[in-house]
Amino acid sequence: MCLSIPGKIVELNGTDAVVDIMGALRGISTELVPDAGLGDYVLIHAGCAIQKLDEEEAANTIQLFKDLKEVMNG
Amino acid sequence: MVNYIDEFRNPELSAAIAEKLAEYSGRPLTIMEVCGTHTMSISRYGIRSLLPECIRLVSGPGCPVCVTPAGYMDAAVKLAQNPEIIITTFGDLIRVPGSTSSLAAAKALGADVRIIYSPLDCVRLAEENPGKKVVFLSVGFETTTPVSALAVTHAAEKGLDNFFVLAANKTMPQALKLLAGDSSIRIDGYIYPGHVSTITGTKVYAEVAQAYGIPGVVAGFEPADILHAILTLAELADKREARVINEYSRAVREEGNPAALDKMYEVFEPCDSVWRGLGTIPTSGLRLAPKYASFDAAKAFPGETADADKDIEPKGCRCAEILKGKAVPSDCPFFGNACTPVKPVGACMVSSEGSCAAYYRYKA
Repeated sequence: MCLSIPGKIVELNGTDAVVDIMGALRGISTELVPDAGLGDYVLIHAGCAIQKLDEEEAANTIQLFKDLKEVMNG
Repeated sequence: MVNYIDEFRNPELSAAIAEKLAEYSGRPLTIMEVCGTHTMSISRYGIRSLLPECIRLVSGPGCPVCVTPAGYMDAAVKLAQNPEIIITTFGDLIRVPGSTSSLAAAKALGADVRIIYSPLDCVRLAEENPGKKVVFLSVGFETTTPVSALAVTHAAEKGLDNFFVLAANKTMPQALKLLAGDSSIRIDGYIYPGHVSTITGTKVYAEVAQAYGIPGVVAGFEPADILHAILTLAELADKREARVINEYSRAVREEGNPAALDKMYEVFEPCDSVWRGLGTIPTSGLRLAPKYASFDAAKAFPGETADADKDIEPKGCRCAEILKGKAVPSDCPFFGNACTPVKPVGACMVSSEGSCAAYYRYKA
């Protein structure tokens, strides 16, 4: 039920967007993420974008996973 | 970042984390995840098989379909039998058994029951069928509820009088606190939901950590995400450090999604709610706010929906204990024989995110 999938906004008309989900195109609403723009990656759930994905944070997380140091910092 | 998926599914990355986890030599730990999508991912990726023996993973009540009382399904079936009504529902509700029937059975007998992907589709259906009443079975946690709320505001903007919502939505914080405070369930760490958290933010988890001394990690759903969350939790729990760390920061901000929260609380208001297996949890449910009362199926169809909150447990079914992490699916006498995905006894087997369905499908 919480299944959400990342997709890239390839078309935007007000709050109606078309997203590219690994090659498949789908129409969604961006009403719940009003600052989402063309080219942004968003999480899509039940026909709506629910959050913007942060590329810098994603890169930080990958680095955290690669480092495998003691997790003492929050 | 190419697509935010492949990078986190990288097998070498996961293998390295699993190797580090295998070195764990602290005290035995029980870690609980409280999100149906985590339940499925853990089984699908065989995560349990990669853990040291002393780290046990149990599932909590993270599947919204699994914690919906059987009375709700009975109400849905009664509504479906009204020839004026089109029932619209998420797919995994269709085979959930009520006390005597299911929506799938009702549909086979001629009821108009339609599976939708988005609540927004229901509004369109209502517009296209002015002679019918469209009832949306609104089940879900904070990930889904804002979208259901959006459907209601769309219907209001269009002035529709034939769109209704039968609300059984629930919120996580109260259930989390109930579990954390239950001394018969010894949990050493929580894997916190990923997508619920994109909406709610992470502040409530800090409250649970402080009040009950249980650490938590907000995790994504790819193998590397889950394995690393367990690694972090093992380190924190072994040292009894009750902190909360957000490892899904690419999607989860501390403040969550304020626009989605505003929409959710514009259309819904908190109420007490019956959770299958857990009983009534105060202020853990959501019902339509007075401003949107005209869309409330419970008000429009009181006869059919009066007992929607009744929790009827089939005799011998152990869903209730499984939802609290007190038992695992293989402990249930019905698992795999009387209860299978094709012929389920309880919701944990039929829901796409139920523990029993996960165990059955992936044997993990």
